[in-house]
This record gives sequence, structure tokens and C-alpha cells, in this order.
Amino acid sequence: MKAHIKVTLKKGVLDPQGKAIEGALGHLGFAGVLGVRQGKYFEIDIAETNKANAMTEVRAMCEKLIANTVIENYDIELA
Amino acid sequence: MKSAVVVFPGINRERDMMVALETVTGHKPFAVWHTETELPKVDLVVVPGGFSYGDYLRCGAIAARAPIMTDIRAKALKGLKVLGICNGFQIITEAGLLPGALVRNSHLHFVCREVKLKVENNHTFFTNKMTEGAIVSCPIAHGEGNYICDAETLKVLEAEDRVVFRYAEGTNPNGAMNDIAGIINEQGNVIGMMPHPENMIEPLHGKTDCRPLFESLLAA
Repeated sequence: MKAHIKVTLKKGVLDPQGKAIEGALGHLGFAGVLGVRQGKYFEIDIAETNKANAMTEVRAMCEKLIANTVIENYDIELA
Repeated sequence: MKSAVVVFPGINRERDMMVALETVTGHKPFAVWHTETELPKVDLVVVPGGFSYGDYLRCGAIAARAPIMTDIRAKALKGLKVLGICNGFQIITEAGLLPGALVRNSHLHFVCREVKLKVENNHTFFTNKMTEGAIVSCPIAHGEGNYICDAETLKVLEAEDRVVFRYAEGTNPNGAMNDIAGIINEQGNVIGMMPHPENMIEPLHGKTDCRPLFESLLAA
């Protein structure tokens, strides 16, 4: 099974990289950009075949390492 | 005063730290490799600066989960003094020994220069030879030193006098909340700071402003 994980900065956490990208898009002439937030995407191959068990395991991975829950949220999709 | 300095792959300030500790305390610190599972018997463990694991994932994130960190966490809870400098601050924060997080400098640039630090709390094991309110010079070298935490944590840090060092007014180099450069945990035995005091203790460093910090260790 494969876990697709999106890690994004929590609302209110300053994202200077997103701001820099927003600026660069402006330089390229994209006038309609209202904001950019940058995040991370992970694909993890796991041996577990039971979806519920896999979700428990991947959630623990996110809590313990993949995301820093002080500043980040995570979203898991299993496929 | 016996100490240990933890070494992770990608760390590069462990030698400077070991020299500083030996120069001031007279004891050569143990160098402890990250795969070790038990610290030698020491009074202080230092997590030094550098770029552990190339800052992969998040600064300090991988190192914070290294085998030796389990013992450091357990002993810190029992009162072992822990000092995290720069990447070490990021590592011990990622390890949950200090609240908050260190994120990308607000202006996105890596900063490597001298800053002015204000000693906000001189009742700690690393500042007791300093005068409260003293302004000292100290080098910084980081791309991710922007300290953030939630509003409640910030309120507690300020109310409990747990901001140990602040960048002097108007000199914040990274966007850190309330100009925070270093903090201490609730129990008073874990300090993390972004600046590098180990590089301002010898005449050859240009200034010796930070030598009293290391001398404080002897009194603690």
C-alpha cells in the first residue's frame, strides 16, 4: 500500500518561502495571485495491507517525524 | 564540571564547543556519537551547531530522533543540564525538550555575522556570571533561526522569565518572535540558543564577551 502525505504549514505560521514564490509569480506577470503557501509531499510504501492499520501506522509516522505538529498539519491518503 | 558533546553526521561546531568547554572548565568533554544509547556520567550535555543530516526534512528533525536522544531526553527529565546551540537548539526543540519551533529566517537569507545579545535572565546555569540586561556581542550563522510558538506559549515564556537571550532592540536578524535568541525550559535545566557563544571566548576570536557564559557552568 502507498501512503500519500501532504504536510502544510498551519494557518498563521509565516511562510517566507511562499511569500518569495508569490513575489516571483508577480515578476512573471501573474497579476491575479492572492497568496502562496508552500508545503511538502511524501510517498511512503508500506507492507501493511489493512487500510485501518495502515492509517494508524502512517498517522504515528506523521506525529513522530514527518510533520512537526507545532507548526505543520498533515493529510494522509492511502492507495 | 564534566560534559559531553553529541556528534551527529553533518555537525560542524562540535570541535569549537569542545575547545571552549575544555578551556574554561579544565575538563576535556566526551564526544558522544549519535548511535550511542547511553551518555557517560556528566553534568552537562551540549548539542552543538552545524547541519545535521544536511537539514533534511526540517532542521534538526532527523537528529532529534537519533538513538542517543532517548537517553538525553530521559536524563533531562531528571535534571541533567542540556545546552543546544544553533542546530543544537533546533534539535532539542524538535526533540520536544523546549517548546516552539525554529523556521526559515523571515527575509529568507542565511545570516553569518556578529549580533548584540541582551541577557534577559541571569539566574540560569549558563548566565549566572552575567549581569541581567547586559548587552554582549556574539556570532550567529543560520538560515533557520526564526523562533516561533503559539501565543499561549509565548505568554508563558515571557511571564516565567524563560527568555534567556534576546537580540538587542532593533537588531533582530531573523524575524524571531519577541526578538527571542535563546530560551530555557520550565525546570531550568535545558537551554537552547541560536547564537554561537563558543566562538567569542578567546582574544583571537576578536572579543571575549561570551566567556562568562562558560564560566557560569562552573558555578552552576
